[in-house]
Amino acid sequence: MSVMPAVSGVSGVSGARGGVPGVSGASPGLSGASTVSGVSGVSGVSGVSGVSGASEASDEVGEVGDMPAPLAARARLFPALVAVYRAQLSRARVARIPLLFVATFQSIGIMILMRGVVDGGSEARAVVAGSSVLVVAFVALNLLAQYFGQLRASGGLDHYATLPVPPSAVVLGAAAAYASFTVPGTAVTAVMGSALFQLPMTNLWILIAVIPLSGAALAGLGAALGLLAPRQELATLCGQLGMSAALLLGVLPAARMPQVVSYARDLLPSTYGVEALARSFDGQPDWWVVCADLGVCAGVAVVSLAAATWAYRRAAVR
Amino acid sequence: MVCTVRGLVKTYPAARGRRGAPATPAVRASDGIDLDVVRGEVFGLLGPNGAGKSTLVRQLTGLLRPDEGHVRVLGHDLVRHPERAARLLGYLGQDSTALDELTVALAAETTARLRGLETRAARAERDAVIEELGLGEVAGRPLKKLSGGQRRLACVAAALVGERPLLVLDEPTSGMDPVARRAVWAAVDRRRAERGVTVVLVTHNVIEAETVLDRVAVLDRGRVIACDTPAGLKALVADEVRLELVWRTEPPLDVPEVAALWKTVETARAGGGAAGRRWTLRLPPDDARAAIATVTGGPAFAALDDFTLATPSLEDVYIALGGRAEGAEGLVKA
Ligand SMILES: Nc1ncnc2c1ncn2[C@@H]1O[C@H](COP(=O)(O)OP(=O)(O)OP(=O)(O)O)[C@@H](O)[C@H]1O
Ligand SMILES: [Mg+2]
Repeated sequence: MSVMPAVSGVSGVSGARGGVPGVSGASPGLSGASTVSGVSGVSGVSGVSGVSGASEASDEVGEVGDMPAPLAARARLFPALVAVYRAQLSRARVARIPLLFVATFQSIGIMILMRGVVDGGSEARAVVAGSSVLVVAFVALNLLAQYFGQLRASGGLDHYATLPVPPSAVVLGAAAAYASFTVPGTAVTAVMGSALFQLPMTNLWILIAVIPLSGAALAGLGAALGLLAPRQELATLCGQLGMSAALLLGVLPAARMPQVVSYARDLLPSTYGVEALARSFDGQPDWWVVCADLGVCAGVAVVSLAAATWAYRRAAVR
Repeated sequence: MVCTVRGLVKTYPAARGRRGAPATPAVRASDGIDLDVVRGEVFGLLGPNGAGKSTLVRQLTGLLRPDEGHVRVLGHDLVRHPERAARLLGYLGQDSTALDELTVALAAETTARLRGLETRAARAERDAVIEELGLGEVAGRPLKKLSGGQRRLACVAAALVGERPLLVLDEPTSGMDPVARRAVWAAVDRRRAERGVTVVLVTHNVIEAETVLDRVAVLDRGRVIACDTPAGLKALVADEVRLELVWRTEPPLDVPEVAALWKTVETARAGGGAAGRRWTLRLPPDDARAAIATVTGGPAFAALDDFTLATPSLEDVYIALGGRAEGAEGLVKA
């Protein structure tokens, strides 16, 4: 049906059956075109519609010199980061809680399985540490890669690209939100694991450093994968593969791995978080080595977040 | 001059066919576009689906890099400095998903913060725009859980927070009911009146286009085929009127006068055999008068269900300018 402003003469009622059809003069308030009905006054074509203030450029002389208009202020990095973080955390609360449960149960399940394989000692420490960091990998790497892949595919990046925010604020805000969202799951896993394998819990406070550092490293990797993948499905796939790598290389005892695989293990950002956590289960941990591990983790985090920011820029400006 | 476009060309490259997906040819979505938008006007882009409207506004907002041509917005070259667009204009994309999981209030507030506002100013703007657009009742609900029109309205709210001298809105009122649409137009108009804000918007709604727009550019296949005030465009076809005839069943083509009219019919739709039951004719006023006399008197009258006579609308202009016939349907999406 046409959406013409004209109101039809006898629409529906069909005046043609009754008598002379088509007598109407009412044109709806919105329309500019007036309806002429019946047979009279057809020539009274009126075209009065809201024309205003659109005269040609003559009154714009003041601007013809083309003085560039002042640019509005940029959003500063930290407030923008906080705004993104808050927004992400609120959406995470709604959408991600079930997934956090999945991640936690997965890690706990792995520990229960491994209890039949490893017999305490350093291997048990590695299993508990690996399972705890696996929760971080699940959320920060896998889910964040999915999020950015989907954001990019659905054109959601346009929204941020037309706001004056530093790219790093968007990437860091999202990464921080996902990383902090892993805290409860990681803590629960670490405590359960310690109980399961009778490991000392005195040094679990190290999680305060392990979660943000490995979270940042993995979130940066996840964001970069999500933003660089040419298609959304590939982003999801990369996230899943990254998580599988974290699972296999983090949880399985390193001593039993072939040489090549242990190189891959050294390349994975989460490895150093796992090592630091595993060492802290010792009675007298060598704090220098723990700090060195965490330092590597921090370095990797900086690199991977920088890569993610670069990937974001590349994805946003096509 | 707020916005100047010269010789804009954008071609989407051809895609090679993958398994299951056929190859698509290259599309010249902007084909030498020139436009001038002056301060304080509401400038409309009208055209059928796939005409290149979104492609054009994405180049105006620095999101898409043109292959050729210049885009100047408020004195800034946006082809060379696309990142400046974010500090000059507010943009509403045709489908905005970035805010989907936020509540309406948080979406507006976050967007305001990201436009560089301080927390308190952002909250004040958030409350003002929610009030202005009548979103109070749904302010606490996530966008994903809203109806299509409500969600669109929330996205408009996010586009309006934070003062910008230019607003670029891609189909801002699609899917909205009349009350919501009126709220959007009132909000746009208020910004224009109070702060001299300039608005460039894409619309499919011809009626709206006639009432709120100062000037309209009609796009077809990446070209501007007309650009004028709505009244000026209608003047192009003002010496003709549009006559619609609806027959009850078969048009009485055995009546010679009706058979003669059939030859001038522009579009015929809705069943009724080869001739169609619903005829649209574009005629000089005298001919229209004669045609009505023919169909309302004599043997044709028995077959007539309804008729309408109207002055030309933008839709008629569009068709008269040679837009694609099937495009004319797309033009009227409301
Ligand atoms: N990303 C893309 N890759 C390839 N071709 C594209 C892409 N986006 C748009 N096109 C093509 O470019 C042309 C113009 O598209 P555009 O989105 O600008 O149309 P539009 O006027 O906004 O249409 P609508 O009214 O449906 O929103 C269309 O033929 C479309 O198929
Ligand atoms: Mg479009």
